[in-house]
Amino acid sequence: MKAIGIILAGGKSAKLKELCKVRAVPAMPVGSSYRAIDFTLSNMSNSNINKIAVITQYNSRSLHDHLSSAKWWNLGSKQGGLFIFTPFISNENNSWFRGTADSIYQNINFLERSNETYVIIASGDAIYKMDYHDVLNYHIQKDADITIVCKDLTGTTKDPHDFGILQCDDDMRMIEFEEKPLEPQSNLASLGIYVVKRTFLIKALKTIVPDGRYDLVRDLITRYRKKIKVYGYKYDGYWNTLNSIKSYVDVNMDFLDKNIRDMFVKEGQFIETKPKDEPPAKYNSNASVKNALVGSGSILNGYVEKSVLFRKVFTGENSSIKNSVIMESSVIGKNCVIENAVIDKEVTISDGKKIIGTPDEPVVISKGSVL
Amino acid sequence: MRRKEMLAMLLAGGQGSRLGVLTSKKAKPAVAFGGKYKIIDFPMSNCINSGVDTVGVLTQYQPLSLNQHIGIGIPWDLDKNDGGVTILAPHVKGGEQGEWYSGTANAIFQNISYIDDNNPEYVLILSGDHIYKMDYSKMLDFHKANNCDVTIAVLEVTMEEASRFGIMNADENDKIYEFEEKPENPKSNLASMGIYIFTWSKLREALINDEKIHPDSDFGKHIIPSMLEKGMTLYAYRFKDYWKDVGTIESYWAANMELIETVPKFNLYEDFWKIYTNSYHQPPQYTGENAVVKTSLISEGCEVYGTVEKSVISTNVVIEEGAVVKDSIIMENCVIGKNAVIDRCIIDRNTVIGNNVIMGEGENIPNEDKPKIYNTGITVVGSDSVIPDNVAIGKNCVIFGSTKAEDYKDSKLESGKSIVLEDN
Repeated sequence: MKAIGIILAGGKSAKLKELCKVRAVPAMPVGSSYRAIDFTLSNMSNSNINKIAVITQYNSRSLHDHLSSAKWWNLGSKQGGLFIFTPFISNENNSWFRGTADSIYQNINFLERSNETYVIIASGDAIYKMDYHDVLNYHIQKDADITIVCKDLTGTTKDPHDFGILQCDDDMRMIEFEEKPLEPQSNLASLGIYVVKRTFLIKALKTIVPDGRYDLVRDLITRYRKKIKVYGYKYDGYWNTLNSIKSYVDVNMDFLDKNIRDMFVKEGQFIETKPKDEPPAKYNSNASVKNALVGSGSILNGYVEKSVLFRKVFTGENSSIKNSVIMESSVIGKNCVIENAVIDKEVTISDGKKIIGTPDEPVVISKGSVL
Repeated sequence: MRRKEMLAMLLAGGQGSRLGVLTSKKAKPAVAFGGKYKIIDFPMSNCINSGVDTVGVLTQYQPLSLNQHIGIGIPWDLDKNDGGVTILAPHVKGGEQGEWYSGTANAIFQNISYIDDNNPEYVLILSGDHIYKMDYSKMLDFHKANNCDVTIAVLEVTMEEASRFGIMNADENDKIYEFEEKPENPKSNLASMGIYIFTWSKLREALINDEKIHPDSDFGKHIIPSMLEKGMTLYAYRFKDYWKDVGTIESYWAANMELIETVPKFNLYEDFWKIYTNSYHQPPQYTGENAVVKTSLISEGCEVYGTVEKSVISTNVVIEEGAVVKDSIIMENCVIGKNAVIDRCIIDRNTVIGNNVIMGEGENIPNEDKPKIYNTGITVVGSDSVIPDNVAIGKNCVIFGSTKAEDYKDSKLESGKSIVLEDN
């Protein structure tokens, strides 16, 4: 593919509360085996993009750990490969990334030293499966300066007030763009995935950033919308993002749906992740598991229903887990009741404890807690 | 010159003919074990966990599956610039005809140049046949502490079992003074595990000398006795942990079944001695609304909609609604059809079992063609096989190939019968 990739993985999310205290959103565990960034990273690798930069800033340790080797995504190569950019101090510059445009501008060498014609920019916290060839072909065919991948929210549970909303003409050329509008004029939401010509991006960044304008959306796309050709590309497939505790639970529960799960794990190319070498899950004689994902290395003695268990989870006898997400290496004791909860990694719940939330407001137990 | 203190030579060329149809398309070390693993993963993981980062894998019989599995050694962190894993296949040598590996020691003899290139002080000889966790670095410490020329890992077996093994007769310090291969009246119960550490200079000399006498040079039969005769220092290194030979259908089945006990004798769940295997794609494992899963190991990527009890299930297996799998081993990528009943069977990878198939019911009659291999009631299905809908299959049966309804008279295969199709 004639494109390089940039994954914006800097974001923190206040709405994810405790879950994001210890990790960046792209490092959030998803679907029993994965991290959020695996989806965008695999999409890029599967679209034959073999030079990818991950730009990260907030709480990046867990992300560094996950990306410590590029080979799992077929990016362990001399040509191209995986680049991880964090803020750094130099003679000219000692600031954190001040915005998305600034974060790319501070690493503009990456763009200048490439010779691929196009750049795919995507955020690292969305869950979807996309072949970027389709949007790139569309971009070329429309002769656009920037193409924004967007989704019609009609009929979904997503609220347009939470998104950047595009208004397009009949040809899908963008006329207006409003970030999280008070009164949305359309249902067409930006998914934070952009296609742009590399030379155009370099020129644009060199114009806006020294001028004190640091945001890709506000200072380039919105401000320049009439001067340049911005097109919307409608994407109809599954797409979800982690922007609240509830959406985090929903995304995980989506993997219990056979169609969605098969789309990710069985059809076409694989979503790749860093292997962890755990043994098979062990179901003991008192285990009873219905409609659940179980991570490898788990040992189950209790009841589990409509839940997602990550790797190395232990459940004690007579414990009951429903509608919950239990992350890696957590231990649930005997006779516990867990309902509508998100149990972060390495939590220990002692015998007989009850942790009960509601579907709309799941309880969150933060990483490493001992209850 | 760079130097590795110890390198390992892993003998992985054996067929393992007593595993019947399971080894018809792959060598024994490539047979699945414990759900997601292959037998060879155990010695390979022991190597890297013991700090042995240079491993020569000697292949001969049906190596394709093994080569694909090992690749460049990534799962074991054996993809190294210096050392790492090297597959050593029989090859043609200058001016001569190529020759097969005719014995365990002959195989090493034919690869002297590989060992010389790495210039090790010690060579560890392993076989790819056994299930165990062992720290070879401790054995090396023992070898050095006793100024050994050879250290042989031994297991204390019962005196009754002893006549099935190579037995070391040793003094009170475990210094070996005699070796007996499968003795009728054993004098000791120290059984060789087929794991040796040699001081390389001594082994090198012994291999070259023995090659002139025995064209099928073997460690147990020739090398060890000749080194004893020459008065070299041989010690027995006692190993007290779990060690299993999985050479027969019954022992293979039983060793798998031990893993599903509440507290298994062999612990796969240890963080600091992990067993590594080739598992790049690790989709989650799903257990369905009506599923019943008890006392079983279920690997990544499996989808269980039916019932699984006391079984070991490899990766990416689908067990459809209404199906019942009991006391069985199902290997990767198999599909068990709706309402099928699988009782005490071993089903090799990529096999499809049709709807309503019943397997493992009937009298326990040994297999008619190979009674020595299939005689404990376990029915075995080879890899890439197909069993059509609605057939009933007895005990000790063997099925291999894409079978069709017309291969089964009255939709039945009686106990002890086989269907092995040529095209496999």
